[in-house]
Amino acid sequence: MTTPASASALYPHLEALESESIYILRETFRHFKKSAMLWSIGKDSCVMLWLARKAFLGHVPFPCVHVDTSYKIPEMIAFRDQVAREWKLDLVVGQNREALAAGRTFPNGQLDRVACCTALKRDPLAAVIAEKNYEAVLVGIRRDEEGTRAKERYFSPRNKNFEWDFRDQPPEFWGQFQTDFAPGTHLRVHPLLHWTELNVWEYIHRENIPLVSLYFAKEGRRYRSLGCAPCTGTVASNAASVPEIIEELRTTKIAERSTRAQDQESEDAFERLRASGYM
Amino acid sequence: MIESSLPLRIVIVGHVDHGKSTLVGRFLHDTGALPEGKFESIQASCRRRGVPFEWAFLMDALQAERDQNITIDVSQIAFKTAAGRPGVLIDAPGHKEFLKNMITGAARADAALLLIAANEGVREQSRRHGYLLSLLGLKQVAVVVNKMDLVDYNEQVFRDIEKEYREFLAGFGVEPQAFIPISAREGENVATGATKTMPWFRGPAVLEVLDHFQPPQPPADGPLRLPIQDVYRFDRRRILAGRIESGTLRVGDELVFSPFNKTAVVASIERWPEIPDAPPTQSASAGESVGITLAEQIFVERGHVASHRADAPMESNRVKANLFWLGQRDLAVGGRYRLKLATQALDCQIASIERVLDASQATVRAGAESVAKNDVAEVTFELRAPLVFDNHDRIPELGRFVLVDLDEAHAVSGGGILFGGTYTDRAFVKSQNITWSEGEISAADRARRNGHRGAVIWLTGLSGAGKSTLAQALERELFSQNMQAYVLDGDNVRHGLNSNLGFSPEDRVENIRRVAEVARLMADAGIVVITAFISPYRQDRRRAREIALEGGCEFIEVFVHAPLEVCEQRDPKQLYKKARAGQIKQFTGIDAPYEAPEAPEIVIRTNEQPVAESVRLALVNLLPRLR
Repeated sequence: MTTPASASALYPHLEALESESIYILRETFRHFKKSAMLWSIGKDSCVMLWLARKAFLGHVPFPCVHVDTSYKIPEMIAFRDQVAREWKLDLVVGQNREALAAGRTFPNGQLDRVACCTALKRDPLAAVIAEKNYEAVLVGIRRDEEGTRAKERYFSPRNKNFEWDFRDQPPEFWGQFQTDFAPGTHLRVHPLLHWTELNVWEYIHRENIPLVSLYFAKEGRRYRSLGCAPCTGTVASNAASVPEIIEELRTTKIAERSTRAQDQESEDAFERLRASGYM
Repeated sequence: MIESSLPLRIVIVGHVDHGKSTLVGRFLHDTGALPEGKFESIQASCRRRGVPFEWAFLMDALQAERDQNITIDVSQIAFKTAAGRPGVLIDAPGHKEFLKNMITGAARADAALLLIAANEGVREQSRRHGYLLSLLGLKQVAVVVNKMDLVDYNEQVFRDIEKEYREFLAGFGVEPQAFIPISAREGENVATGATKTMPWFRGPAVLEVLDHFQPPQPPADGPLRLPIQDVYRFDRRRILAGRIESGTLRVGDELVFSPFNKTAVVASIERWPEIPDAPPTQSASAGESVGITLAEQIFVERGHVASHRADAPMESNRVKANLFWLGQRDLAVGGRYRLKLATQALDCQIASIERVLDASQATVRAGAESVAKNDVAEVTFELRAPLVFDNHDRIPELGRFVLVDLDEAHAVSGGGILFGGTYTDRAFVKSQNITWSEGEISAADRARRNGHRGAVIWLTGLSGAGKSTLAQALERELFSQNMQAYVLDGDNVRHGLNSNLGFSPEDRVENIRRVAEVARLMADAGIVVITAFISPYRQDRRRAREIALEGGCEFIEVFVHAPLEVCEQRDPKQLYKKARAGQIKQFTGIDAPYEAPEAPEIVIRTNEQPVAESVRLALVNLLPRLR
């Protein structure tokens, strides 16, 4: 797709990444009548949403699902509602009201962080998928984020119990994806799998994509990755604009998800979360 | 300045336990590509397991991989080459069981490092992976002889392996850029040379050889190939979506769509967001995902391939291929498969198996009846409909395919490349012999004489929704108003024109296509054609609409709607009863889906009023469209 901004000349390599993502979004729309896009309000899913509008020439032919843990940083929810209104999105919000009402959460001291992720993120996502009967859910994860995500497929099946069988994944090559599965299977589709964190920011710069302000430094700190307030920290940074963040990322040696406390609980915390159906 | 080129993607392959993951770990460490704390976290992990420091843990992120010390699935990670170019390392599993994962990794690479352990020499997967690289079209290859520390950095060991493996690769035309002796564990010849341990070697270190490889260049100069991925009608525009696999497309170009050889001129290349005051996009090239509009409305759907007339792809029902097989069941003559190439998906059979290569033994067998898992073979396919393709050596994107096993849960079970096809000037031949004859009497003449236009009125809905009743009543009403009307009845069509079709999914599609074509001819003759078919699939109805539109005929989709319970209660032909009893399979509404129209011109809810009122409602909506 041809792009406007003069910034496009800076990043010729983004053309190929964008084209591949558009191809995957279009394949998803073509093969799965009931599909949805998971929108975490973070930079990656905002880029994915933008790519969808490119792929479908201004339209977003999927509902956007947001799993609201109620612990999200308040700016995120304000930003979500504003964008959903302006872009006329079909917003679907999932929430585990029972667990919240009963106080079965980490902030309430009743669960550890990983169990809390399961209760407030994985479970309500499963409920929305079951209720709406989604066959495919688009998720903005990337290979470079984390070791188990690196092993993902673009079209990644989850069984009835929501589990990811990473030991036996379908082969995927030459732009051909496995799209037929046993009944009860749902698919996670990952259109940004081949992007890096730096690519995402370069693309945000090139396309001038609106983002929640939390990513930009205030008083020497900024969020590098967004999640729930109790489990997400900030990094020391003076990067207050997109070009400054790009400059920062080119030299940093700090891992992107290092501020996400649930990942650090144990060596395989994230793998266990993902195998049971976390994003 | 920000990095500006595509990263070079390098896959590391080879026999299990020859040290692929270790090389990757060492490589990333020595090039400074590891994030802070990663080295320490691996140290800790190894200590917990009570094993010596293990580089492989970096890529082998899964618990099962760390516990068994093998790579199960593909990983990849970014780095910079010696010259500062961006690169991505893809670590593929070497275990035979995970060959499909190795292919998944290698198929997205631009170059390959083939690893052989000096203490073990050339093994089964060394050979199999070498052969697969040639099938995957990977021509940039370097062979790395690892674990030189275990053979005391002995030059003769290295030279013997080089000689044996060079001969093996030459057998199918692969010529490596380099053979490099290394020790991944000790870091010898990885990022820097090994003058102390291997002074006899004067070639490049692994990191240096990577700068000899070239990143991919999308073939913008090649013949134009735009496989159609989908057709969108989100708004007034009818947009053909797809990725240009080869060549360049310009506004104003005349495109030929294979396999039906329809032609049309490119009216626009659409884009979003629209930029005020910017000139319209005039061209797009290989690698770009585009949306285009055409100057004329012709029937185009997913799977069709657009090209220029002067250099069109081939089309044939019989093709020759080299393939690799990954399926649980053997690939066999007579088995049912689906071949997917670009956006096409065609059912096919194996007509013959010419020869099978057994990589573990490095032997070739002729006259085989089947191909076992992990073997490679030369075969001939017989397809149900013409496949549009190019020879792989000319346009790789249109010359490679994957195979789905229809009897094994539709699993992707193999892939391969096509060769030996002959280009003919078929586009020219066909278009000369079959042109759409306009005739001397125009549609306007007929409309003036009849007092109305010809049109296709397409009734769709569940069995028992009231389609036939409504169709008959409409025909009667239009007839009594002196209009030319005719009900195209499903059973009548199946008596003659479609007597060779059954009720398989493919035959149902063909049945609807023929009905649509006949309806379009009758509408062209000035008649108001009323069809009454369940036609449960949006895709088929859209196709019928496109066929009518292409002939310049009005197409009016009427959704004849009644809830399933109501239809089942009516059950005029006792079909629901039989379906519930299991005597009829694949009955729409019971065990086959009905896809309701998204934007029908008219909706008639037959359970909300008597028949006469339904007919009146339909007429009120119809008549203005026919004048």
